[in-house]
Amino acid sequence: MDKGVMRIVNLGVEVNGKRILQNVNLYIQEGQTLALFGPNGSGKSTLLMAIAGHPNYKIYDGRIIFKGRDITDLPANERVKMGIGVSYQNPPKISGVKLRDIVKHCARIGGTEDKIEEYVKLLKMENLLDRDLNVGFSGGEVKRSELLQLLLMNPEFVMLDEPDSGVDLENVAVIGEAIKILLERDRKDRKKSGIIITHTGQILKYVDADYGVIMYKGRIACMGDPYDILKTVERFGYEECVRKCLRTL
Amino acid sequence: MSEDSLKEDLKKVGIENDPSKRSASFIMIDDQPKVSFARGVEILSTKEALKRYGWLEEFSWKLVERQEGDFDGYFIRVPRGVKVEFPVEACLYLKRIKSQNVHNIVIVEENAELNLITGCTSERLSGVHYGISEFYVKRNAKLTFTMIHNWKEENEVLPKTGIKVEENGVFINNYILLSPVRYLKSYPTAYLDRNAKAILSSVVVGFENSEIDLGSRVYLNGENSSAEIVSRSISRGGKIVARGHLIGNSENVRGHLECKGMIIKEGVIHAIPELEARNPNVDLSHEAAIGKIAEDEIFYLMTRGLSRDEAVSMLIRGFMEIDVKGLPEVLKREIDKAIELVERALI
Repeated sequence: MDKGVMRIVNLGVEVNGKRILQNVNLYIQEGQTLALFGPNGSGKSTLLMAIAGHPNYKIYDGRIIFKGRDITDLPANERVKMGIGVSYQNPPKISGVKLRDIVKHCARIGGTEDKIEEYVKLLKMENLLDRDLNVGFSGGEVKRSELLQLLLMNPEFVMLDEPDSGVDLENVAVIGEAIKILLERDRKDRKKSGIIITHTGQILKYVDADYGVIMYKGRIACMGDPYDILKTVERFGYEECVRKCLRTL
Repeated sequence: MSEDSLKEDLKKVGIENDPSKRSASFIMIDDQPKVSFARGVEILSTKEALKRYGWLEEFSWKLVERQEGDFDGYFIRVPRGVKVEFPVEACLYLKRIKSQNVHNIVIVEENAELNLITGCTSERLSGVHYGISEFYVKRNAKLTFTMIHNWKEENEVLPKTGIKVEENGVFINNYILLSPVRYLKSYPTAYLDRNAKAILSSVVVGFENSEIDLGSRVYLNGENSSAEIVSRSISRGGKIVARGHLIGNSENVRGHLECKGMIIKEGVIHAIPELEARNPNVDLSHEAAIGKIAEDEIFYLMTRGLSRDEAVSMLIRGFMEIDVKGLPEVLKREIDKAIELVERALI
């Protein structure tokens, strides 16, 4: 039986007329988590934004198929309804919009109203609920706010853009805990799948991933065990790692 | 117009006519003032008050230049030390006559406190409203004044407001205009004594064919006085001039002016913030910004499951949200209600 949840087929994406992604193919099965590595500017966030449905990320080629349905032209909120959730590396600061209102909305979408208190506590967000969204939040607070929203939305397919960047060790542990719940990593019968973008790999000390991929200059360059990839990148750098990969292909 | 639709119109501008929610209620339809009920405060028509109290001449046409014509309106006096629990409401309603001439005088005596909600609205599609208001906030007193305007397309509205705040007094002004209006020009001016404080905020929407010229001016005349002017302008096809003027005349005065504008689809917003220092030891600052709704913010909210319209509405709502320190909860609710009513019209 085909257990593919997300299929990215020959995807090409351009932003402001500039081609960022070319010929990207990915296949993610139910219960699988993919770690997406790559240097800055390689196109990792572009891929997430395209899957989430940002109108400025134009798909000039290929298709995105989620749960057997072509969602390439679906508006972002319809994708959310189908079960796609995304957390941002740098979410916007929105004056006048309280985190509490967004949180309530997310809980309604996910049917998790009874979990609000538990998750707020887990992510230590009690004192931030009545603040304007991300206005004056620290790096760790921004990430925790993103994860709180995602936990409540309870998506089937989770996309996390650098949940560990600019976050101190204590916060990474809390965030790791939340991601484990989000992706049901402690459950053998898990259904949830997703993509974690990580530049440093720090988060993988807290959450495991099933396989890893390197994105390099807008293409998928390597695929393999995430920890092997991470070790190779740490030792040789991205360029050398990609060269080694291509040699073994 | 039926009783019910009049009631609806009044509710839109915060007028409840309910003694369980208000300390006093005043309505002036065209040139006919009427006090429904009052407790804890004195409220009369201005004409009657001027007849009754010789001393009131000292307060009449002193903060605003005298104008020719037959004026009437509300006179409100809060006795020394009285803190009025529920807000006082006053409504100015333009029904049949072409031109309504209003003159209001409010005196909040030493150590007293008053929340005043004024709603102005019109049944006539055209017509001119001249509103003169003179507010006196005595030593250690506090006046919170909230004015919600709901005009019709062809109304012309020309209010003039002067406010005198004595030592340690506090004046908070909230002005909300959320309906179409042909022309509105207003530049309330406050004069602050020692340690006095003023916060003037406004939320204004300019619809097509509306021309709005609105500002707030504060003279920081006494040592250590401080002022904050906050304005939010949204143009949806209308022309808005958003002014602000802080004048630092004394030692250690502080003032900040924040002026933000947003254009939805089309329109004109012209922000004119002015700072004027006449003493070396002042601290005056301003920030002004005009922009459109950020696409990234809309998208962000859509990835939280909101539709595009819901996201835009939430962002406009957030833009109009101004946190006024010291604003009583009941007034905040009135303002929120008024904003909710306009949200849909903006998208």
